[in-house]
Amino acid sequence: MGSSMSSTIVAARPLPENRISPVFRFAMLLPGGLVTFFLILFALGLVVFLAFRGNDGSLLGAGLTAENFLTVATDPLYWTVTLRSLVIAGLVTLATVVTAYPVAYYLAFHAGRRRNLLLFLVTLPFWTSYLLRVFAWKIVLAYNGVLNSAFIETGLWSQPTLAFLNTPAAVVVTLAHAYAPFAILPIYVALDTIPKSLLEAASDLGARPFTSFRRVVLPNSMPGVLAAALVVFVPTVGDYVTPAMVGGPASTMIGTLIQSQFGKANDWPFGAALSVCVMLVILCVVLVARGADRRFGSRT
Amino acid sequence: MSARRDTNAGGGWLGLYVLGYLVFLYLPVLLIPLFSFNNSIQAAFPLQGFTLDWYRTLYGNPALSGALANSLVIGVIAASGATLCGITVSYMDLYGRSPLAAAISAIARLPILIPGVIVGISLLILVNLIGLGPSRISIVLGHILVALPTTVVVMRSRFAAIPKTIREAALDLGASDWTTFRRVMLPLSAPAVLSAFMLSFLISFDEFIVVFFLAGTEPTLPLYIWSQLRFPRSLPTVMALGTVILTVSFIIAGTAEILRHRGVGVAGRNPA
Repeated sequence: MGSSMSSTIVAARPLPENRISPVFRFAMLLPGGLVTFFLILFALGLVVFLAFRGNDGSLLGAGLTAENFLTVATDPLYWTVTLRSLVIAGLVTLATVVTAYPVAYYLAFHAGRRRNLLLFLVTLPFWTSYLLRVFAWKIVLAYNGVLNSAFIETGLWSQPTLAFLNTPAAVVVTLAHAYAPFAILPIYVALDTIPKSLLEAASDLGARPFTSFRRVVLPNSMPGVLAAALVVFVPTVGDYVTPAMVGGPASTMIGTLIQSQFGKANDWPFGAALSVCVMLVILCVVLVARGADRRFGSRT
Repeated sequence: MSARRDTNAGGGWLGLYVLGYLVFLYLPVLLIPLFSFNNSIQAAFPLQGFTLDWYRTLYGNPALSGALANSLVIGVIAASGATLCGITVSYMDLYGRSPLAAAISAIARLPILIPGVIVGISLLILVNLIGLGPSRISIVLGHILVALPTTVVVMRSRFAAIPKTIREAALDLGASDWTTFRRVMLPLSAPAVLSAFMLSFLISFDEFIVVFFLAGTEPTLPLYIWSQLRFPRSLPTVMALGTVILTVSFIIAGTAEILRHRGVGVAGRNPA
């Protein structure tokens, strides 16, 4: 009540915000403005520009051409790799979100006094080296690695198997593990902000716990689920480190191709065109997620 | 009453699931410290006995200490830049009352939606265009960009949690914008500033995907590790180094989380 009173009083007078001095405004906008316009927008603009140039060995290429995109569209290799990247990133996203949901649910509704500790434990791996997390899976899955030696030691197998490392499955497992902490927080926040009165109303009106979950909790948490899916999908679809470490040649992803265009293959305009295609795919995914978010009544 | 018993029963099974999930989350990573003390060149069972030899190989390695020094310097400079940007961008987003400030804040969080490989190549083109080329300055620029969404989110939620009336009181009492910002709003957000700095330092210190494209002749620690992974003989050394890095990361991230919770506590007492 007190805050609503004070806000009406403030609203009745001209707000102090209207008196921001131009010098202060300029100084405060300068660092962020430089970074966002120069390092983000201008740099991305360069990628789009380069994508329409031919490769003549110079930095910004030559001519104006759609040839790079024609190659991407007509060469089946790029369709295969793009499809594989989408399938791998889709599986990783599905696995991460589905396994993270119960953890977020527990944190929101059952954790009690342990909530802060659990939140801390769940987010801690997020701040450790991604390279080391991937490296850990390499030693787990290797031919003379942890999993094989543990199975032989316990007598389950007599021979080490090559079947773990250098498979797309290894990429999915490693990425799902590496990006697991990304998924929990958005879902937890969505679950935690569901008004408790909604749940009480559902149970007062005779909904059984599962019905109340299916009809009230799940739809209300969908914005968090979509946000989680997005923050897992984006980095995984463009990843090149995990395929290189544990994937082998059968797991080449679109990020691997982009990386090699700027490295060994040395065709920057073509790499830029591949990047533009990836960004277009991500744009489509974002738009679909936005649309779904609206349908579930966005609260963000 | 019965509904409450039901939820508690579900909580029990869920609790077990969460425990299993945490084991899955931590077990592969904790294998690195385990095998770093193992007296064998291979990471495999059975364990061959305890040794500190692999940690001894970390000493007196000029390539390694060079990479460490690079990572520390780049981390501190990039974290300072990212924190400065995070503070100003989120402050102007909340109080600047201009579409430009809102746009900058939105664009600053855009890198979340761009895969690291594309951030890397776009900056590679840019630094070549302006003549920097792959260098430590280029890495700093890249890491400011990678850490920016985190610092903006941390600072924005902190500024938003400070009751509006405090800032309005300062302005009404005649404080200038600059004084209000520096003497009132910044001290009130000090834990979050420190937290943002530490988290962005960690992001820079551990970052590999972008730095891969921007490093010149002087690698950072993750690049050094990457270069060592080609040699099976250096596997145990990498695990010893990884253990040190993991320990430091856990300590810094833990402190940053505690600082952020301290911020939340203050916000909880004064709902805006």
